[in-house]
Amino acid sequence: MIPLNHYLVLGALLFSIGVAGIFLNRKNLIVILMAIELMLLAVNMNFIAFSHFLADPGGQVFVFFILTVAAAESAIGLAILVTLFRNLKSIHVDDLGGLKG
Amino acid sequence: MTNLPLISFYVFGAILLFAALRVVTARNPVHAALWLVLSFFTAAEIWMLLYAEFLAVTLVLVYVGAVMVLFLFVVMMLDINFDRLREGFWRHVPLAALVGALMAFEMVLVVGSREFGEQSVNSPGAPPAGHSNTKELGRLLYTDYVFPFELAAVVLLVAIIAAIALTLRSRKESRYQDPSEQLAATRAGRLKIVKMEPERDPPAAPPEAGA
Repeated sequence: MIPLNHYLVLGALLFSIGVAGIFLNRKNLIVILMAIELMLLAVNMNFIAFSHFLADPGGQVFVFFILTVAAAESAIGLAILVTLFRNLKSIHVDDLGGLKG
Repeated sequence: MTNLPLISFYVFGAILLFAALRVVTARNPVHAALWLVLSFFTAAEIWMLLYAEFLAVTLVLVYVGAVMVLFLFVVMMLDINFDRLREGFWRHVPLAALVGALMAFEMVLVVGSREFGEQSVNSPGAPPAGHSNTKELGRLLYTDYVFPFELAAVVLLVAIIAAIALTLRSRKESRYQDPSEQLAATRAGRLKIVKMEPERDPPAAPPEAGA
């Protein structure tokens, strides 16, 4: 069978890729949202692995809630993106200095 | 073929990591979204290996079916200059690789240790025949976690309202009825009787010179 640490290492690598993605694409809001989704996926992977190995289905319930919150977050994030694009004709991070004094 | 689950885990893990790398390095956000679809799908397969069938199917339905389609719609709807969004990408590669590799190294040191290995944490193995993951989750969700479950429903409702309120534009030419205004209408507000002199034909204009 597959030992627990295999899943944990996979989750850790996935999370690191997500963090590196935020560093790489810091001008691109869409890819930043996608990198956040990757990091949430890594967290969910750890939850499910522990839930299986500790024989406690409560971990899967938490994954359920994380999925809910992540779906709400991406829906609102994309709605903000669309509004931003309507007003500025751009989603470049450098163009978003409207609050700068 | 002595250890088929382990082999399939390595295959799925390799595909998942490659797809995740392509998500953050793709030149075109549309391609990044499609690679993200692949990584979600592969993650669902890995969750199947962990006997979390309900969540694996939910991941495919909710993420691949709904959230990623939303991403693709937004990426394709906006007219974005992709080249400008990518400026500074190569300048940030060393820092991103350093931070990512360092974080991965530290986490692998902790979670990859023997404490979480085969010797310490025994896998409970496959659930007994007739065991239903969906039934078990449903029982937990409607007994122990019923209040968080209702809160999650409220979170989704807030998300629906927020997304609509942010993107709804009221069109100028749209027409609608206002019943209170209709009821408040009186004769004086609508009809005006004007006394005026009777109209007469104007006198014939004198012929213009040279016409």
